[in-house]
This record gives sequence, structure tokens and C-alpha cells, in this order.
Amino acid sequence: MKQRFNIITSTCVPLPLENVDTDQIIPARFLKATTKEGFGENLFCDWRYDKQGNKIKSFVLNDPTYSGEILVAGKNFGSGSSREHAAWAIAGYGFRVVVSSFFADIHKNNELNNFVLPVVVSESFLAELFSSIKENPKMQVEVDLPQQTITNKDTVKSEHFEISAYKKHCLMNGIDDIDFLLSNKEKIVLWEKEERM
Amino acid sequence: MNTLFDKIWDSHVVTIVKDGPAQLYIDRLYCHEVTSPQAFSGLRERGIGCFRPEKIYCMPDHNTPTHDQDKPIQDPVSKKQVDMLEKNAKDFGLSYYGMLNQKNGIIHVVGPERGLTLPGMTVVCGDSHTSTHGAMGALAFGIGTSEVEMVMASQCVLQMKPKSMRITIDGNLGKGVTAKDIALYMMSKMTTSGATGYFVEYAGSAIRHLTMEGRLTLCNLSIEMGARGGMVAPDEVTVAYLKGRENSPKGEAWDKAVAYWKTLKSSDHAVFDKEISFDASDIEPMITYGTNPGMGIGITKHIPTTENMSVGAKASFDKSLNYMGLNPNELLLGKKIDYVFLGACTNGRIEDFRAFTSIVNGKKKAENVIAWLVPGSWMVDAQIRKEGLDKVLKEAGFEIRQPGCSACLAMNDDKIPSGKYSVSTSNRNFEGRQGPGARTLLASPFTAAAAAITGVVSDPREFL
Ligand code: SF4
Repeated sequence: MKQRFNIITSTCVPLPLENVDTDQIIPARFLKATTKEGFGENLFCDWRYDKQGNKIKSFVLNDPTYSGEILVAGKNFGSGSSREHAAWAIAGYGFRVVVSSFFADIHKNNELNNFVLPVVVSESFLAELFSSIKENPKMQVEVDLPQQTITNKDTVKSEHFEISAYKKHCLMNGIDDIDFLLSNKEKIVLWEKEERM
Repeated sequence: MNTLFDKIWDSHVVTIVKDGPAQLYIDRLYCHEVTSPQAFSGLRERGIGCFRPEKIYCMPDHNTPTHDQDKPIQDPVSKKQVDMLEKNAKDFGLSYYGMLNQKNGIIHVVGPERGLTLPGMTVVCGDSHTSTHGAMGALAFGIGTSEVEMVMASQCVLQMKPKSMRITIDGNLGKGVTAKDIALYMMSKMTTSGATGYFVEYAGSAIRHLTMEGRLTLCNLSIEMGARGGMVAPDEVTVAYLKGRENSPKGEAWDKAVAYWKTLKSSDHAVFDKEISFDASDIEPMITYGTNPGMGIGITKHIPTTENMSVGAKASFDKSLNYMGLNPNELLLGKKIDYVFLGACTNGRIEDFRAFTSIVNGKKKAENVIAWLVPGSWMVDAQIRKEGLDKVLKEAGFEIRQPGCSACLAMNDDKIPSGKYSVSTSNRNFEGRQGPGARTLLASPFTAAAAAITGVVSDPREFL
């Protein structure tokens, strides 16, 4: 999953609901897996399939009108359970960017740790994005990580987004936090010696 | 001018990554079977072990059945996860409390009651309700599996420092109003994202008067407001609670520890990024009607209407009420229910069982209700029996199951059937949380007990 990240230009999949929690992203019954693979097939499972396992046509992931590597979601995305399985499901499905006006903290970290970029935009940018996608499902959005900008190609509106310089470096170079921490062991041992009461 | 949070955080910073997060040292890592397997495989792939195995405690809780724990787990997938945790703990040299071990239970119940979580510690677990441990005056928060792997590998996590918030609740709580009601009330005012990005300290006279168990319930629910965690400064209540616990310091070490814990409070001039206050006397017993814990009302109130809601908010609200089979402006009082669940890391402690028992004592369970009473741990179970609560409950038609997460997230067999209403003392009413199609009404143990004997949503104050 350690994909290097740079500029992504893609059509979007819109999910204009607020408070989408991680139980909806991946229901608890799928947490029994012991690997990270295969979660993409069950992303939003209970919205995507009915009880018999048939696709629910009206749900956006089953609607051929929409596709792309960018998921655009309503406010407060990823609240609730800390399950990283939610990020594995999003990454496994093929999304590389999630755009929302607000993310729950733990889920945001989990996305970053799995090389999915959470992009926080203003409410007005998000609202415009939803209406652009509705009007033209083939419209593209450009997410430029080096410049930290996101652009709605239809309205040419652009917005700056925040990401820590460290995480940006990790994403752009395909490095994860554990690589970093392991290179830092001496400092940890030193801290343990000094700090114990 | 530091806050309690600053004091603990700052003293655990090993280093700060340039233009990035802090590298935070972790005193205690808890692991359960659901969010750890991929972390252990990560270590194996990297060919490394746990850096400080003695600081890590493992126990299964999510998948454990709540009956016949002496027999093999029926569901092969659940069994695999539980077995795998045991094997991983063994392979990596970690403490492990398996099923039927008298030290087993829900991690967030076991940690505090065994003195494994102490004031001033940094505590993490691959579980959002790790916030519970903040009640002990610890800095505790949930992390993802990659971060679990980080802690295993280095006893550290990389974290951006959250903003600080103080929520002050002064005044007296009314009859039948519990810590659970405080939390549901705060959420109904602040929404489930009202504290996102913040670490919360709870203060004020109403909090000081809460028992340790009440504080654990309150901090447990911090995450449902989006907070990274919640904490209460340690005081006499904390010290009294910890004295003599299995892993609490003993002898001279105890005195030294207590002296240190006394320093753990926000200074008088501490500055928080945000301050919020509530009046305890405004709070009545609460119940939720929707599919997130912020959708709660006083038990005598009507479900809100959708006037003045934005389009997006209305869409979510309608979807939620549709799922719940409820209508705007409906009164929940008197609504027929099917299930009652007492348990979870929110309300599975001894005081919760005492509260529930106090209402059902001398009454009978309503015939239309199926009740699952699940202690949070074997230690809670033992205490229930010691106090004879089991007998009173049995008289009233209730039976006690074996410890575990149970119907809180229904990963074991304890699933509420589709369309059925459950009055639950757990922490989440999300769609499908208690089983596909299950409809959850979150409430306190008092309110759950009142529903259990009447068969309908009832005001617990009438029975106190
Ligand atoms: S009781 Fe519920 S909330 Fe608590 S740890 Fe178990 S599943 Fe999570």
C-alpha cells in the first residue's frame, strides 16, 4: 500500500451524507479478518448490497455514472470506531483521496497511514463540488499534494489544504511512520533512562 | 500555566519531528483480538519483536461468547481471531488474559479495575473507547492498527498535539440522572463532532462528585463527541479507588505515586483552546432516538422536527429516523421495546449492576422483553455474586451472562434482530451496530431497568 503520491487528477464519487461513521464504511462483521486484504469489496456494504447480496442500484458505488479515485463526502466523515479496516476498505476499493469539510481524528490518521489522502475543504467549496459533480459526473478534480491545492476543474475554483510537512514527506516518498520510529530507537532508550520517576 | 493534558503530554515527548508530529512515549498498550492481528503480522514482515513487551497487555473481548465460554467458540472466524491473539501474545512474550481467566473482561473495564491504568500514564489501544481510561487522570486515546504496530515496535506513537477543551459542569444532578445522561446531554448539545480535534478535561462540582465508575462512563463517551480523549484530574476519589488494586504501587512506591498524582491538575491559570460549561440541574434522564449518539433527548421530550435544518443535515436526519422507524415530533415515552442490554465498557461495571438491580428489585421483567445482562469483566461478575445482586435479578426474571463486549457491537452471537428496538447502555446507536437492522435507544442503566420491567420506554424517576 506504500504508494508514492504526487498529483492526482480524477473524476469523483459523491456521497453527500453527513456523519458517515466507520460502522457504515465497513460494518463490524467484517472485522474478523486477520489480514488487510479484501476489504474494498465490502466498503459501505450495507448501503451497497441488500440482504440477499444484490446490488442496491440507487447507491452511488453501484451507479455507473460515477467513478474515480476521489471520494467526496459530507461533513464529519469517519466518526465512531477507530477501526483501521475502514481505511483499508477505502484504499482497497481504489480511492486515493477523500474530500470532506471535516474528518474524525482517528480515521484521518488511519487514512494517512494507509496512503489515502484526506483533503479538508471549506463548506462552500464542498457544496460547489457536489453540485459540479451532479451537473457533470465526468468533471475532474485535481489534487496537487506538492502544492497542497485542490481544484474543481469545472469551476476552476481552487483551495489550499493543510497537511503536516512530515506526513507530506511520507506520502510523497512512500515512507511510513514505523520506518521513521525504528530509525529513532536510541532517543527512546535515552528518554526511558532520563524520564522514569 | 499548563493544563493537566499539557503536563502529561509534555513529559512524554521523546522528540518532535521537524514540521510534524510529536513522538510520544507510551506507558501502556492494550490489545484486543480485532485490531491487533495485522499489527503482529506487520512486525513479522519487518522481522522485529515488541520493543517493551512488559508494557503490553492482551485480552480478547469483542468476539467472546457470553455463555458456555468453557466450550470452544462456535463461530470459526471468531475463534480464529481469539486463538490468534493468544498465539501472538505468546510468540511476542506479552501478558495475556484469555477467556475464563478471572482477569479477563472488556479491556476498558479490566485496565482500571486491576490498577493497570494509573494517573499520569499515557495509554493507548486499537480501540476508540480507550478514552475511558482518562477517568483515572491518564492521557488515553484510541489508535489505528498501524499505530498499534508503531507502539509494539518502538513503544512510541507519532501524534499531532490536539487542542485542549475544558468542559465544566457545576451544580447538582437531579434524581435518576447519571454520568451516562451527562454525556448524552452534552452530545445532544455539541453534536458528535463538537469536540473533534480536542482533548477534553472534565471539571466542575458535578464531576468531582461523580464516583470513579461514573467518571469512567463519562470519559468512555468522550469519543462520541469526536474528542481525541477525555480526562478527569486525579483526586481523593481516584486515590481511594486505586488503593490496594492488583497492579497499583505498594508500600513506599504507593506514597511516592500518590504525591506525584496530586501534582496532576490544571494550574489555576491554565489556558484552554476552548471552554464550555453546562448546568447539572438542566439535565434529565436521556435517551437517543436516532443513529448517532448526538441524537438524544430528555426522556420526557419529543423527537425534534426538521424545520431549520440544512439540506444535508435533513437528508441524514430523515435517513436516520427512517431506519429507526420513528417520526419527527414523536414521543418516545410509552414506545414498546423488545430488548434490553446492560453492559459494555460504558455501563458494564458494578455500580451499573447495582443501579439496574435497585429498580427491578421486587418487580418482574416484562414478558415482551429479552434482557441481556453482561458484566464487563469476571471481577464485576464476582462482585455481583458477592453482593447477592444475582439473586435479586433472578427473582425478577433476569439472568446474568458471561463477560465480553456482547451486543455492544454484536460480533459474537448477541445480535438484536432486524427491526427490533433495544434499550441499550452501550455507547453507539449506529445503523447495524447491534446487528443488521437493529434499532438502538441508548440510555443509562436506570432507564434500561425501567424499560425492562415495563416493556416500554419509561421514565426511571418513577421507580426511584
Ligand atoms: S464494549 Fe463496545 S465500545 Fe467497549 S470495547 Fe467492547 S465493542 Fe468497543
